[in-house]
Amino acid sequence: MSRTGRDSPEPHGAGGDGATTAAFAALLEDSAEELYDSAPCGYVSTLMDGTIAKINATLLDWLGLDRHAVVGRTRFADLLTMGGKLYHETHFAPLLRMQGEINGIALEVRRADGTRIPVLVSATIKYGSEGEPLLIRATLFDARDRRAYEEELLRRQQEAEAARRRAEADRARLQEALAALQQSLLPTVLPDIPGLEVASYYHTASPDRLGGDFYDLFALDGKRWAFFLGDVSGKGPRAAALTSLTRYTLRAAALHDPDPEATLATLNTVLHERYSGGDPRYCTAIFGVLEPDQDGGKVTVRLASGGHPPALVLRADGTCDYLPTPGGLLVGILPEPRFVTAMTTLAPGDGLLLYTDGLTEARTGPDRALYGEEALRTFAVDHAGSPPRAVVQALSGLLEGFGDGLDDDTALLALGVPAARP
Amino acid sequence: MDILRRNKVTVTGNPDGPAVVLAHGFGCDQNMWRLTVPALADVHRVVLFDYVGCGRSDLSAFREERYSSLDGYAQDVVEIAEALDLRDATFVGHSVSAMTGVLAARRAPERFGALVMVAPSPRYIDDEGYRGGFTAADIDELLDSLDSNYLGWSAAMAPVIMGNPERPELGEELANSFCATDPDMARVFARTTFLSDSRDDLKSVTVPTLVLECTQDMIAPREVGAYVHDQIPGSTLVTLDATGHCPHLSAPEATNRAITDFLTGLR
Repeated sequence: MSRTGRDSPEPHGAGGDGATTAAFAALLEDSAEELYDSAPCGYVSTLMDGTIAKINATLLDWLGLDRHAVVGRTRFADLLTMGGKLYHETHFAPLLRMQGEINGIALEVRRADGTRIPVLVSATIKYGSEGEPLLIRATLFDARDRRAYEEELLRRQQEAEAARRRAEADRARLQEALAALQQSLLPTVLPDIPGLEVASYYHTASPDRLGGDFYDLFALDGKRWAFFLGDVSGKGPRAAALTSLTRYTLRAAALHDPDPEATLATLNTVLHERYSGGDPRYCTAIFGVLEPDQDGGKVTVRLASGGHPPALVLRADGTCDYLPTPGGLLVGILPEPRFVTAMTTLAPGDGLLLYTDGLTEARTGPDRALYGEEALRTFAVDHAGSPPRAVVQALSGLLEGFGDGLDDDTALLALGVPAARP
Repeated sequence: MDILRRNKVTVTGNPDGPAVVLAHGFGCDQNMWRLTVPALADVHRVVLFDYVGCGRSDLSAFREERYSSLDGYAQDVVEIAEALDLRDATFVGHSVSAMTGVLAARRAPERFGALVMVAPSPRYIDDEGYRGGFTAADIDELLDSLDSNYLGWSAAMAPVIMGNPERPELGEELANSFCATDPDMARVFARTTFLSDSRDDLKSVTVPTLVLECTQDMIAPREVGAYVHDQIPGSTLVTLDATGHCPHLSAPEATNRAITDFLTGLR
């Protein structure tokens, strides 16, 4: 490049502002009028009633119209599609009147050949010296590319919205099915047992997942009743299948031979056989038999535990202790397991509480410590001597108080002999 | 429920004067009446409000089922009149709200004693022997126009319209917000408005009624004004020398004069 710099403008140079301005003017060969007419956007000025008073060549070219056919003969709204006219009358014109200006409104103008151009319109009102509105000046930008992009966004948004609605409907259906299934794994009502009060509660941790806790209470013969409560491994549909198998096996086994240890052994055999492949599954459970004393007033409880947290005995005198069943093995793991038995007698005002580990393993307090068996015992002391319904109500309140510290399903089953009437 | 908050009710003017309720039409909100209020405020108790789903109303109170018919909007009007215990009020309704006023006056005759219908139309779509000015396809196009102009709404307007107490400055800096509202609710209002047919309700009007029309109004053309006047027994028709659908904005003096003359004649 060997040109001298004398003829070219020097944007940052020391050649003087006058020379720069002259050089720009010579290059641009432009006038305000030409800039107006040939600007890369449409200009239109109208009277306050919308009659077009002035319009630039760019816009006439877009419309495919002659100036004399437009000026003084056409209103701005006449350039628009029917939907655009309605929008103009209901939104654009009132807003412009109220604000004196309006920006970036998406409209479509109709061309002489019947096709349409999407435009973005901004407009201002020019006021006279008394503040009276004189005319409207509007600028129209070609928005074809932009509109295509926006329509794409809109379409995607509508698709996403439709997908969201479908997903919500699916989720609702699933939750309904899960709730029905979960209900089918629990007794709908507990039987009436002469001389005994019962209450139960089931806390579902998540409506999306089937829990694996279960309980039941049923008559063996005219004199004895059986109860069980437990927790199967895992969650979800497979756990539900295991729960179902467990529940019906225990019921059938108990009718055949209600001895608690024998009943758990039968369950063990069934589970071990059923899940001996690559999918070992098991449960913990307490199974027991209630035998009310013929004279009335006392109930003998014989139970066996397979790896389940110990039952809690609440005495009428306000004391409260676990009925220990240490060392019982999980049900379904080993071919010849050992289960631990225990026995107690419930006198009037005494009660027995069975629970799953959702309760004792809830996280509490700022350090999210395990709630634990000792805390449960201390809590229960305050309710010793209360009827089962009151005990379960107090415990369901306790569970609710755990908030998100309680992340597992929890089952409660309380049995009690009514206190003697004074 | 607090009806006055739900409908963003504003009461101004002479507290002891006869009540005038100003009802906005489809498109904007109570701000549309800003040039009308000063002309009425000296003598009248002026009540302004936003329909649920419009302006600064409580959008959480919107129920598509309720607002899919003009009766739902008329219920808003009646509930406001009850909340303020209005008696013999004059209901001034713009556009579709003129018909809402007819329904409200029928539901609560003790509350409304006169009607002013500004650019009314009982049916926008042409029918056999009736020219409303539009076809069903035109209305679909309007719904498209609404959609394309709500792209800006969703991002920028939502916090303003939803009422964002943490950022009050948003309400100031955004233009066009008078006419902005939730797009789904605007769609419902648009459909309810433009697909309505209230022609049979006109004959039920028994209160003094003023019909205001414009010389050039594409939404409510003069033949519609004549139809409304003809169907309401004893109504007065005034043609304003105004262009467009909003004479209270484009020709406020003439509009105000016609309304105040009518109100004076009632006393």
